[in-house]
Amino acid sequence: MTSPLEQKKIRITGPSMVTANRTWDGVVIYRTARQGWSADLADAAIVRTSDEARALLTESIADDVGAVGAYIAPVEIKDSGKIKPGNLREHIRFQGVTIDLPVPA
Amino acid sequence: MPLVKHGKVATDTFVHLADDAEIPGDGAILISAVRFLEDAEGRSGRVGRTGVIWPNNRDVDDLVPYLDRLAVIALVFPTFRDGRAYSQARLLRERHGFKGELRATGQVLRDQFVFMLRAGFDAFEVKKDSDAEAFATTVKHYSVFYQPTGDGRVTALHRRMQLRHSESAGQ
Amino acid sequence: MYAYDELDRTLINERVSEFRDQVKRRLSGELTEDEFKMLRLQNGVYLQLHAYMFRVAIPYGTLSSKQLRRLAHVARRYDRGYGHFTTRQNIQFNWIKLAELPDALADLADVGIHAMQTSGNNTRNVTSDQWAGVAPGEIEDPRIWSELLRQYTTLHPEFSFLPRKFKFAITASAHDRAAIKVHDIGLRLHRNAAGETGFEVLVGGGLGRTPFIGKTIKPFVHGHDLLSYVESILRVYNQYGRRDNIYKARIKILVHELGIEKFAQEVEEEWLQMRDSALAIDDSVIEDLRSRFSYPAYEKLPHMPEELKKAAHDPHFEAWRKNSVFPHKVPGYAIVTLSLKPVGGPPGDATADQMDAIADLADKYSFGEIRVGHEQNLALPHVARRDLPVLWKALDKIGVATPNVNLVSDIIACPGLDYCSLANARSIPIAQELTRRFANHETANLIGRLHINISGCINACGHHHVGHIGILGVEKNGEEFYQITIGGRADEKAEVGTLIGPAVPYGEVADVVEDIVEAYLALRARPDELFIDTVKRLGVEPFRERVYATR
Repeated sequence: MTSPLEQKKIRITGPSMVTANRTWDGVVIYRTARQGWSADLADAAIVRTSDEARALLTESIADDVGAVGAYIAPVEIKDSGKIKPGNLREHIRFQGVTIDLPVPA
Repeated sequence: MPLVKHGKVATDTFVHLADDAEIPGDGAILISAVRFLEDAEGRSGRVGRTGVIWPNNRDVDDLVPYLDRLAVIALVFPTFRDGRAYSQARLLRERHGFKGELRATGQVLRDQFVFMLRAGFDAFEVKKDSDAEAFATTVKHYSVFYQPTGDGRVTALHRRMQLRHSESAGQ
Repeated sequence: MYAYDELDRTLINERVSEFRDQVKRRLSGELTEDEFKMLRLQNGVYLQLHAYMFRVAIPYGTLSSKQLRRLAHVARRYDRGYGHFTTRQNIQFNWIKLAELPDALADLADVGIHAMQTSGNNTRNVTSDQWAGVAPGEIEDPRIWSELLRQYTTLHPEFSFLPRKFKFAITASAHDRAAIKVHDIGLRLHRNAAGETGFEVLVGGGLGRTPFIGKTIKPFVHGHDLLSYVESILRVYNQYGRRDNIYKARIKILVHELGIEKFAQEVEEEWLQMRDSALAIDDSVIEDLRSRFSYPAYEKLPHMPEELKKAAHDPHFEAWRKNSVFPHKVPGYAIVTLSLKPVGGPPGDATADQMDAIADLADKYSFGEIRVGHEQNLALPHVARRDLPVLWKALDKIGVATPNVNLVSDIIACPGLDYCSLANARSIPIAQELTRRFANHETANLIGRLHINISGCINACGHHHVGHIGILGVEKNGEEFYQITIGGRADEKAEVGTLIGPAVPYGEVADVVEDIVEAYLALRARPDELFIDTVKRLGVEPFRERVYATR
């Protein structure tokens, strides 16, 4: 989970997607295949080559009114076709923190 | 790129000369530091107003002997996040007493106008038209300033001292 | 407590209204993220994994009860009902919406709280120690000078776009609780032979990728010259600090590359030209600032009141009293630390309800004042000793009376990969597990003072370099691993810890810490030889052997 903010070269090693945060409220979003953003991982456009990834990222970064901090992240595609986060960092962004939130008394 | 002077959009009367262009005998010109230093005496003594574009990674000391003969010094913000020109501006104004036009160039955005004015800039090559138009209102954003610079604005500390003196004087 | 006047409040409000306009222009697209990012950072707004994070300034760690209640309000209204106190005496909210930030800032501005320069490449919160103004043996209240520096550095037109962040810390005690030696500028307030107040100035301390202990640039700068001298340092840094590589852009690198003598020379040259300028501080300025600090009207109280005598036979109360109550410079009073490190809890967090309750207790028992320490605990700085028993009951009820202050389970941790987009690994679950392993108070007391610091990445927000035991999260092949150091310290004897061996996986960290503690207990010369002193005496080798014998 070396912070992807430190990614200089774009080289993917498996199926990947582009993710960012929504500008107005910071919610996690995923780049769709229709030049849009969705908060649902199932809508994420999947890229499989570094060129595709670069292209998707470039287009995502250009669309920065609604999205902040776009980067490429790995996904895992299950046999059923279901898209799952591909590393711990994305898992945490998808599910939330791995600890109990302090519950207001 | 609009030029803002005296609080509003103004015509730039200075011509930016490329390093290989001939220096006219007269007229207002802006030349690079390299060009200027090739013949500083000559360039600063020429007929017509002369201005220098000074890079932000070079001490302003080399300019000091010519300050009274320079009409404009243009300092550079390669990105708005590179704040070296603020120090250069303050040194030129406050330490060396430069009285000519101090121009901000580079990535000059509205959110830095107040800082620039306080550092001593009085002319701005503004990146966006909308920012240039908003200059007059933007600079009114702040009325309280904590630290003294050469801009003459009274600091909060001093206003407090004045208040205390007038309070005790009134007793 | 410093009382903001009309001028201070006006500035905060002007800043809020400017930011409101900037947010509007970002949301409309008029400002790109590239143009906006530094502006939001200058108002303490980070982008994290799940949401924005909002870092609110608590100047030199001092809060009024009114202010604490307003922080609770922000937690409820704009966040998820809790906040996190940081290693720089600030507070962070993790779920804030950008669109609502101007309103949150306006709500905070009402009570004199702001978020100016809690991030960005500018000068950050001027921290002090949480016992400032009440610690026995303190030379004078360093917060006067912190406030002077806070005002001087706020929206400074020349220094708002430095090569990198810049952090100040001030101490006025022989025992440094403010960690001045690991700050960009550290200030040790003391008096010279003539009895004049001044500062030993240290420069170039810092943690992160390349930790450095600060070096003394000038042994005595007179109080009158503090601002002009600081301005000289900042100006040299602004002009010559590296801007080509963010990992080499702090002043510590400049000091290291030039050498302290050359650096001191550059600063001195600059300073000599400006020391008699408008920045020279008059005694009247200091007196005016001091007059704005209010101090409690302490009563004349006995050191051993009846209430305390009676409560002494309650072992739970005594355990807490011996651990969390510290001597006060005024007889009959005490400084009480509120542990935000409950067993199994995330270190440094407080719920909105807890904050409200603590504010009420501060009103009742601490003249309405609360302190925030860089150990991520709170303190009530003016408690009458006769009130200790009744206060303890109330603190215990809200879960902030765990008697583990300065002990092994009083862990300092950054938010880590659960929250932070810079992290390589999680830190909070590690801390939680450690508090469970060492939940037994007898054991913790047997071990004695032991500071564990956990950082989820090399940016070292958990200050792991200066932990007695430091834990640094790294990533190996997609898995969380942790490097362990021992022997670090943050006080006047500041030192960077030493690595004991190869990184260990997530599941083994708590075991490793237990092994280290076991080794210490076996090796210490006497029961009262502290862990840090045993490490100093014996070096890391015996610990390394123990930990890696079976790994």
